[in-house]
Amino acid sequence: MSEAASVRGLREQIRSGSRSATEICREALATVKALESSLHAFVTITEEHALKRAAEIDKDPRRWRDKPLSGVPIALKDNLCTRGIRTTASSRMLESFLPPYDATVVSRLEEAGAIIVGKTNCDEFAMGSSTENSAFGPSRNPWAPDRTPGGSSGGSAVAVASGMTPVALGSDTGGSIRQPAALCGLVGLKPTYGRVSRYGLLAFASSLDQIGPLARTAYDAAVVLAVIAGADPADATSTPTPAADYAAALTGDIRQIRIGVPWRLLENGVDPAVLQAFRVALDVIRARGAVVEHVDLPHAKHAISVYYLIATAEASSNLARYDGVRYGYRAPNTADLGSMYARTRRLGFGPEVKRRIMLGTYVLSAGYYDAYYLKAQQVRTLITGDYQRAFDQVDAVAMPTTPTAAFRLGERTADPLQMYLGDVFTVSANLAGLPAISIPCGFTQEHLPVGLQLTGRRFEEAALLRLADAHERDTDWWQRTPELGI
Amino acid sequence: MSFRVTTSEVEAIAALARIELDGPEVELFARQLGDILGYARELQAVNTSDVAPTAHVAGSQDTERPDEIRPSLDRTSALQNAPDAWSEGGLFKVPRVLG
Repeated sequence: MSEAASVRGLREQIRSGSRSATEICREALATVKALESSLHAFVTITEEHALKRAAEIDKDPRRWRDKPLSGVPIALKDNLCTRGIRTTASSRMLESFLPPYDATVVSRLEEAGAIIVGKTNCDEFAMGSSTENSAFGPSRNPWAPDRTPGGSSGGSAVAVASGMTPVALGSDTGGSIRQPAALCGLVGLKPTYGRVSRYGLLAFASSLDQIGPLARTAYDAAVVLAVIAGADPADATSTPTPAADYAAALTGDIRQIRIGVPWRLLENGVDPAVLQAFRVALDVIRARGAVVEHVDLPHAKHAISVYYLIATAEASSNLARYDGVRYGYRAPNTADLGSMYARTRRLGFGPEVKRRIMLGTYVLSAGYYDAYYLKAQQVRTLITGDYQRAFDQVDAVAMPTTPTAAFRLGERTADPLQMYLGDVFTVSANLAGLPAISIPCGFTQEHLPVGLQLTGRRFEEAALLRLADAHERDTDWWQRTPELGI
Repeated sequence: MSFRVTTSEVEAIAALARIELDGPEVELFARQLGDILGYARELQAVNTSDVAPTAHVAGSQDTERPDEIRPSLDRTSALQNAPDAWSEGGLFKVPRVLG
């Protein structure tokens, strides 16, 4: 990566006046246009809006020059509401939805000088791990276009990995920032539950959803997190705990930081190439003075079951609002209100969303509630307790982000359970509400990126970013870029 | 773990979820929900006696704020995305409810 294409580099260019926001914006839009037909990162490209914003920034340098993201192009997952800009969640249901308000993260980014160049493709309503559940077709992995970029924030990962934008926002309910970051060779951070306001995020599973950055470096992720973090009266789950100066935490000093590895959890089902890259990453961190030891998470093996019961239960409730009345698609020519609801939802939702609503309705229904939903909530308590105990012993827990590198398009679509099992290492951070980051830590023999995941104590994003940055200083994985033929 | 969800259960759930399904979809969901729930039944082996359920991990206490009137979405904006609305009357329109 050239320094110029990072948040740090672009900010310096704006500050010194060596390039205008308009020039930077035009360059980003040109890259988007050159690559979009082969990679499909976006649902909507907001060229007019972006150039108008860039001109405003150029016109008033005194106001904008020193803002943390002044003139920085950014891509937003298309489940984040943008006032007057189509927001679809990659669903037919919202194909022409124009939000009447901005998500809090969107207004914070714009106040910080960021320029939104487009809304990125994702799995429909963020339900999936490959972007193949998008109603508008899958995104493609820049490292291997016959493979998925992961999901559900796949389009955001593609935009950053292919150099369209230096940073993007995604949302993470069970790994939807970290898994595509891992599969595309990026830094992806899911903040602590409550760290970032979800006002204006189209809700999937409200006890799990968080918004976070995808970037090329820990520094760039730190700058974006500092902008979007913090209390918001519009989201009662946002925390009053003040956000830290995340960039200032990147000192390179990780001496005596204790890293726990749940080796028992990694005994089965992890690709040997992934495990090899993971071991090398641990060596790198150890060489800088961190202490790596074994840690036990005895209930983490149940996380997939717990997650897919709780997330679908919450989704079945959240998605009840898509009924063809107040916004979104409505099926035409129905006889009465009841059949309008049922046909609207038949035609507006894709198969995975229907499957999850059905599963969630099932586990909440009379006679099954105790056996599935209540049981899952109890095991959630045990998973959270495992982490609490682990954090008495260590400062962060390390795992591979995913058991395998990027898989082929179509490889897992026929068997939903198989797709779900790939989320084994990411879902527990959401269940326990903990911050977790995925960072690039190597490649397979097929030149596919591998991700290292670090999970930390509540609100200790700074510690994770410091570890990520320290690992970056001693490796060059993050500097590699895919060959894109432009 | 093998576990069966019947097609009539799928039809009952679809009615609760207000989703119209055709025959092949009912068959498919019966099989797939059976697979997923069958897998999730591994939780039955976990001892959860005396374990409290976790509904959320917000960790926050109730907070208070002054009860002040603040601006909210105006009626025109609230209606602008409706598939059918009577804007002068400020109403959403739906197909008939009673036969």
